[in-house]
Amino acid sequence: MPEFTKDPLLQLLRQNARESDEVLAKQLGLTAEEVRQRISEYQREGVIRGFQAVVNTDRVEDDIVRAVIELRVRPEREGGFDRIAQRICKFSHVESMYLMSGRYDLLLFVKGKTLQDVANFVSARLATLDGVLETATHFMLKTYKDNGVLMEGDSHDDRLQVSP
Amino acid sequence: MTTDSKSPRRFISRVVQDLPKSGIRKFFDIVAGRKDVISLGIGEPDFATPWHICEAALDSMESGATHYTANLGTPKLREALADYMARSFHASYNPKTDILVSVGVSEAMDIALRAILEPGDEVLYHEPCFVAYAPIIKMAGGVPVAVPTCRANEFRLTVEELEKRVTPKTKALLVNYPNNPTGATLDAKDAEEIADFSIRHDLVLISDEVYSELTYEGDRTSFASIPRIHDRLIFLNGFSKAWAMTGFRLGYVCAPAEMMDCIMKVHQYAIMSAPTPSQAAGYEALVNGDEDICAMREEYRRRRNFIVASLQEMGLDCFPPKGAFYVFPSIQKTGLTSNDFAVRLLEEQNVACVPGTAFGVCGEGFLRCSYATGMEQLKEAMERIGRFLKTI
Repeated sequence: MPEFTKDPLLQLLRQNARESDEVLAKQLGLTAEEVRQRISEYQREGVIRGFQAVVNTDRVEDDIVRAVIELRVRPEREGGFDRIAQRICKFSHVESMYLMSGRYDLLLFVKGKTLQDVANFVSARLATLDGVLETATHFMLKTYKDNGVLMEGDSHDDRLQVSP
Repeated sequence: MTTDSKSPRRFISRVVQDLPKSGIRKFFDIVAGRKDVISLGIGEPDFATPWHICEAALDSMESGATHYTANLGTPKLREALADYMARSFHASYNPKTDILVSVGVSEAMDIALRAILEPGDEVLYHEPCFVAYAPIIKMAGGVPVAVPTCRANEFRLTVEELEKRVTPKTKALLVNYPNNPTGATLDAKDAEEIADFSIRHDLVLISDEVYSELTYEGDRTSFASIPRIHDRLIFLNGFSKAWAMTGFRLGYVCAPAEMMDCIMKVHQYAIMSAPTPSQAAGYEALVNGDEDICAMREEYRRRRNFIVASLQEMGLDCFPPKGAFYVFPSIQKTGLTSNDFAVRLLEEQNVACVPGTAFGVCGEGFLRCSYATGMEQLKEAMERIGRFLKTI
């Protein structure tokens, strides 16, 4: 089994998960069948956990409000942060969540229908949880870059069309 | 060429009037103005210059470094280059006397040739090759002598062909591997033999290794790694291809001090010094840019695999190039000339490739396809070429 982060197949899929097996195979010097096998192996092992599009949400009228929430929580004697973290991340409002070093413990990327919806989620669901000591909510205003992809401007090639 | 006695053209020197228009330029004129063209005709990286490198140039301007530098280039950059030459090529050059920072490899080539050539001196160079070599030799007063390379040898320069063309007037040999337009590389044995040839005939060896960082298989072969030719080698390299910095116009020359002080005179009187913000950017690239090269090289390597596999699948003969970002498939089996193939491909499928003949007579029957283009474009181009082949 190759080292995950160094596997060029994973790199290519992270760049463009919609690439066909045939094209991936040509780039990597494999057969399309080998590519298919390795991808399903990764899925079986839980390394690949899904395929998603990188969408510029600012350009889609989906009326979704996004926020980042810093959470200070009290770790438990047994299990540390994990038990409370597992509880919190199951809420469908939570898109991503990380355990952090520093001033706060959990960082949540949250989405909701409206400002009020997110505010309610924080005050009614999060702040009331036993073990949650403090929350700080920051609403996102604009996305510049997401998943390594710039959201502004269309890529255009201004090189000379033919050059030596 | 005849010149009207009243035309301003009469003031232009015979040498320059007689230079042919570049084959690339002719093709550029045909492509210009067409819409929806996918160009595999571009000889520069498609990647954006890594931002930390651009930022170093901005920072240098902000801090007021917008004046001339020492003629040879900033001491800081030359020291970084000496380190780079040592770690990349195991070559020892003194940053105080042996390294000159130039305006791209183009200037480096020009000043090297002008420094060494007497009128009428012959310079051996291999074809197919970069379009500027023969003209630049002529402008320096020399006589270009083309040495053909061929598909059977995967376009490697052989001593056998060199020996047929060396004369008492031969002053220098100019080599470029990894090669534009073929993607060919030399292995260590080839380089050793060519080095011995240059010693046997007491020639200056000028090696343009601007694609050296883009070597996909095996070790990088460099003439700078061969100590016994150190006293006759003029080594040229630049930042354009390795770090996608073509617009910064930054290159360098490494040569023994006794040659360099004369090359420096030409540079000093013609150029003064390379652009100062570009030198700051170059320093950043050398010191913090190894990972950039790795990332781009891996991307080029995968595109190369894709384009070679696709062309071979279409039945076009194409050897897997080990360097640069070009493939050079043979289109001989189509019965078309390189030029007709390229023009029809453009007119019928809107794909621009450069006919092999733009790079020398022996490029007939071949096409240069650059893969310095994103995968989406490459995929579409391969489909269009496949469609085109079915119609001829």
